[in-house]
Amino acid sequence: MAHEHKLEIFRGLLKFKSNVTKIWGVFVFLSIVTIIEVYLGIVKPEFLTETRFLAMKLLNWIFIILTLVKAYYITWDFMHQRDETKALRRAVVWTAVFLICYLILILLIEGDYIYEVYKQNYVKFDF
Amino acid sequence: MDATVAKTGTEGKTWGGGNRPLNASYGKMMMWFFIVSDALTFSGFIASYGFSRFKFIDAWPIADEVFTHVPFLHGVPAPMYYVAFMTFILIFSSVTMVLAVDAGHRMQKKKVIWYMFATIIGGAIFVGSQAWEWATFIKGDYGAVETKGGKILQFLDTEGDRVAIGDFAVELPTERATHERKNGIWYQTEPETLTSFSFEEVKAGFLANDNLLVRTQYLDENGEPTVLSREESVNKIVNDGKLVVEGANLIRNEYGHPLFADFFFFITGFHGFHVFSGVVINIIIFFNVIIGTYERRKSYEMVEKVGLYWHFVDLVWVFVFTFFYLV
Repeated sequence: MAHEHKLEIFRGLLKFKSNVTKIWGVFVFLSIVTIIEVYLGIVKPEFLTETRFLAMKLLNWIFIILTLVKAYYITWDFMHQRDETKALRRAVVWTAVFLICYLILILLIEGDYIYEVYKQNYVKFDF
Repeated sequence: MDATVAKTGTEGKTWGGGNRPLNASYGKMMMWFFIVSDALTFSGFIASYGFSRFKFIDAWPIADEVFTHVPFLHGVPAPMYYVAFMTFILIFSSVTMVLAVDAGHRMQKKKVIWYMFATIIGGAIFVGSQAWEWATFIKGDYGAVETKGGKILQFLDTEGDRVAIGDFAVELPTERATHERKNGIWYQTEPETLTSFSFEEVKAGFLANDNLLVRTQYLDENGEPTVLSREESVNKIVNDGKLVVEGANLIRNEYGHPLFADFFFFITGFHGFHVFSGVVINIIIFFNVIIGTYERRKSYEMVEKVGLYWHFVDLVWVFVFTFFYLV
């Protein structure tokens, strides 16, 4: 697929004329996302740090989602997964995503459990 | 000769061979193989960071207070800006890398050379920045006192601003005998570096200054480290204080939990090693482009393969940035 590039991003909302302009377009998009992240990280708006969703601050959810968005565009456009066959793309992405989700789920639940043990079960930790 | 030629009768059919269902060359496939396995390695590290963080969720250092320095701006607290700069450098070097790959597809040797050169420079700046970040982290900032339980106590004035231990510690006349194997316990050695003040000096200085308070590493309900009252502070220092910590290493960390420093060194170090090796591989390919190897081969796919690796390094940094500096 070396010489054919799919030039649309955002599900066809934005179509670039050439591969080079697409690269710059994706760079601009990634920069905007990074600037938003840094801005939120410095300002830390109170309504985002106070609201919690699934045991995590809303702000942290935003950071994680924006990170996944960035990861998507790096993989799809910089690493050309958009131009690869569906089979290759799925072999790479689904494998990694499945295993990583499993790992995170197990480890975070376990970590939280140990925290509760320290906190409630008379394990003297601060003397 | 003819007798040995095997004909299966399936030529041109699905199972006749010669199919390329993934339509990718062997080299590219193997690069993807490597990237998936390396991604799992990094996820293991970052997930174990999450594990330790959840385990000590109420006593984890706040990254904004740890990484506040920018080179040449001494004493100006500027959290995030330098890491943001590093992130941009890495994303930008990713962009020049894709542009090099694109120019390679068009067989434009000159452009490939210049774009790869820019990529290498970007990578070098990133590794240098990371080294600086490490040095600042190891050197430390304000200094702190470690309790007998291995907890960190930091110092604040009544306005809530951090105070460095060097600002209030008093010089006490002390005699310190150097531990030697011949007159001490033979298997124990002197610590490699001594802190600039002893705990006794910090304690005396703390007791002499009524406007100093202690901040523990435990977070209150607002997610801010708990500040003790003057009375509690004195109690804490006198009863629990044990030694002075300056900076961070694998055992002690003036910013809070030592695991924070351990994971920081390990994960950013492992990532930095990837960037470093990426720069080295880029340099090799860069010279191959210059001497015309791929021009003769009539394919710049090698540039694409190192490009994949380089983007992967960028991808990992995006996650490290989020989980170490933002969340």
